[in-house]
Amino acid sequence: MNNNKKVIEVSGLTKRFGNFTAVDKINFDVYEGEIFGFLGANGAGKTTAMKMLTGLLSPTSGMALVAGFDVYKQSEQIKMNIGYMSQKFSLYEDLTVAENIQFYAGIYGLTDKQIKEKTDFLLHKLGLEDSRNELIKSLPLGWKQKLSFSVAIIHDPSIVFLDEPTGGVDPITRRQFWGLIYEAAENKRTIFVTTHYMDEAEYCDRISIMVDGRIEALDSPSKLKEQFNSKSMNEVFIQLARKNQNQFV
Amino acid sequence: MRTFANFILKEVYHITRDWRSLLVLICIPIIQLFLFGYAIRTELNEAEIAVIDHSKDYITQEITNKLISSGYFKLNAYIENENQIEHLFKNGSVKEVVIFEPHFAKKLEKEGKASIMLVADASNPNIGTLVTSYTSSIIRTYQLELNSKAIKANTLIIPEVKMLFNPELKSVYMFVPGLIALILMLVSALMTSITITREKEMGSMEVLLVSPLKPQMIIIGKVVPYVVISFFNSLTVLALSILIFKIPFEGSFLLFTFESVLFIITALALGILISTIANSQLAAMMMSLGGLLMPTVLLSGFIYPVENMPLVLQWLSYLIPAKWFLIILKGIMLKGLGIEQLWKETLILLVMALFYIAISTRKLKIRLE
Amino acid sequence: MNAVEVNGLTKYYGEKKAILSLSFNVNDGELFGFIGPDGAGKTTLFRILTTLLLPNEGYARILGKDVIKDFKFLRNHIGYMPGRFSLYMDLTVEENLRFFASIFNTTIEENYHLIKDIYVQIEPFKKRRAGNLSGGMKQKLALSCALIHKPQLLVLDEPTTGVDAVSRREFWEMLQRLKEQGITIIVSTPYMDEAILCDRIALIQNGSLLDIDSPNDIVAKYKKRLLSVETSLKHLAIKSLENYEHKVSVYPFGDSIHYTDIRNNFETADIKDYLVSKGIVDCKVVEIEAGIEDVFMSLMKEREHEQ
Repeated sequence: MNNNKKVIEVSGLTKRFGNFTAVDKINFDVYEGEIFGFLGANGAGKTTAMKMLTGLLSPTSGMALVAGFDVYKQSEQIKMNIGYMSQKFSLYEDLTVAENIQFYAGIYGLTDKQIKEKTDFLLHKLGLEDSRNELIKSLPLGWKQKLSFSVAIIHDPSIVFLDEPTGGVDPITRRQFWGLIYEAAENKRTIFVTTHYMDEAEYCDRISIMVDGRIEALDSPSKLKEQFNSKSMNEVFIQLARKNQNQFV
Repeated sequence: MRTFANFILKEVYHITRDWRSLLVLICIPIIQLFLFGYAIRTELNEAEIAVIDHSKDYITQEITNKLISSGYFKLNAYIENENQIEHLFKNGSVKEVVIFEPHFAKKLEKEGKASIMLVADASNPNIGTLVTSYTSSIIRTYQLELNSKAIKANTLIIPEVKMLFNPELKSVYMFVPGLIALILMLVSALMTSITITREKEMGSMEVLLVSPLKPQMIIIGKVVPYVVISFFNSLTVLALSILIFKIPFEGSFLLFTFESVLFIITALALGILISTIANSQLAAMMMSLGGLLMPTVLLSGFIYPVENMPLVLQWLSYLIPAKWFLIILKGIMLKGLGIEQLWKETLILLVMALFYIAISTRKLKIRLE
Repeated sequence: MNAVEVNGLTKYYGEKKAILSLSFNVNDGELFGFIGPDGAGKTTLFRILTTLLLPNEGYARILGKDVIKDFKFLRNHIGYMPGRFSLYMDLTVEENLRFFASIFNTTIEENYHLIKDIYVQIEPFKKRRAGNLSGGMKQKLALSCALIHKPQLLVLDEPTTGVDAVSRREFWEMLQRLKEQGITIIVSTPYMDEAILCDRIALIQNGSLLDIDSPNDIVAKYKKRLLSVETSLKHLAIKSLENYEHKVSVYPFGDSIHYTDIRNNFETADIKDYLVSKGIVDCKVVEIEAGIEDVFMSLMKEREHEQ
């Protein structure tokens, strides 16, 4: 990550719902090939911010460029250039492994030949060749998550947004999942990830911590631990989030 | 008991908090009533008629003038014989043909009675009834005039009504009982099955089952508010039909209430049965619509006369609670029948209610599977 | 007395085995944790314990009563918080609590002392709808609802899943206080770091128990030597260690890497030298005590080998 090409630029980004300010003038940049951890307590505004960056929600004010496109006017181009995976839904449970891959490849406009190659390649890479025609719902959670990550980058997006990708996954599979993330980052893909596992925060190149709609800290894990004089990211996180606890139960 | 009251209170909160759905629930029956009502009831205005006058005397002349001057009818043509009627109806130029028998005035004088035949195009049954009843009433008025002049007391003009194309003729009023049945089925069965499966979908059913509440209590607590809503709905429809559409209500209101409650219970039991099978709100909705509402509309005799259906469908219709409820409602509302005439249908409905309650309570689970 | 006694408990869903001949006891007044990933069988087990499902084999006795025969008794004495949120989002905080009190034939006033510690924190918002609460507050309300009928056993299925680190810590503090009041608590979680907060834990994976003991004893049973490697070139270090001829496992672990070796007799310097030879000059290699997560992964691997 010794390159300074910005792929996400955010400045003064704000979202208000009525009187409630969900995201309050946040600023940050994310560089190409970076693994950027986006942390925050429940209700701190992470999801809202992520929705604005993926073009699903229009900001109230401020500026954000994702893959060089403006979130206000170019949400269609943004969607073609990003991948998205959430813990809640990514794959269709009642379709087979191969059908899911074909479907996602299809919606991003890949040709039949590309789809076939991609399908074979992914099944081989994930060791799922034998499960090709099995329904997604019969797969263990860990496999599903690995597959849905691979599907999220099937159209070679420059940025991938991952929303709690490893929730509930066993510790070994969780690490294998991060192996996939590292590999994608090495291929110059930018990873934008949220998680509640604080040890996973340590795997990121840089992390931001959101509290009450604002970014309260942003740096590499080691610098943050230094700054907050803490041994682990967990302590950093708790220090930051507790600070505002009394105002907001 | 307090537990139960609290359970119902919670259900009332759910219903009132979701005021959009509640509004829909209350307004749909009313909208349906007006749709059906106005689609069926058209104002009679200068309907074209033809006259076959085999008598051509002063009375037939006077009656014809009365009809035309009433403003409701317009004379299209005098025709000579009955063979032409079908042709006229088929090209749609007239709605009704009035036929005076030969020697009309003489018969009236001598025998004190004479008859007029009214032939109506009943391909649109509602207009058919409308024109004949208007004609009959004009003739009756004329007859009263004759009698009051006391020239020929106790004369009788008999209008004989004959409907072409749809001899069974359904009454304009028929849709109200059908609508009441439909609404009760919709709200009771559909809404209860949805509200119960919603608890399953949310996961709150687990907590309710792990509490000391008996499953029967959970179910009854959930359906009571919907019984109230659906009963309220049927009263609204009834009141509007009587006030706005002047639909007769000949029978006993008490009996109407009793039979409605009986039907609601049957519908609820069906709704509960669906909720024990369906695991999602969507599945519950599909089952209620396909399994209950469609048959109610199609096989109860609400819209299509069952007698004209293939035998298999006729047998099937005996299993539809709404069919019996419709017979009962029509009996009460239109004919003023009491329980002495309707006990058979009531008994069938009662047996159905008990049967469905029995299987739905048997299917109620005290556990998740 | 044992609050929970389980023997040979097995449950199938069709062909699929959800839990396989589980046996364990939970002591009275214990805070007992089931640690394992999604799909390990935690929810199925909890549903059997709360009388919601029937087992195919084996038996379970709760508070001395059979979960099948005495389900009516047990339903009066168990507090259960299912994994999916069980609050009514369209009811207010107070209405939710009042409702759950009433279905257990009690009132908020009667048992207020039980939930006071937790409920005071959300009481200022009692007129707010549950759907408009933050995640941490919803959790507090759900716990209050599960406690309001003074249960002798509290069963909490993944109460902290998807909840941020701060709210999780607070939740565990609440559980500790409840334990002090003498309530037996069974809780499941996919977060390994929460294990040390329990009196005893069962590690569960694919429907079977990997181990069951106090967190300290479970860790103490771990006989392998565990090394921690810290370096700025973490990813390269992982790749290098993966290819090291003596390695057993290499896992990233927060800011470090945890490494186990097939040999027993080796020096930490051996590893350091190897890494330096691969160009990782700034590495720090130290021998450390294993944590629950290390043990879990090692047991998981052993099981996979057995099969």
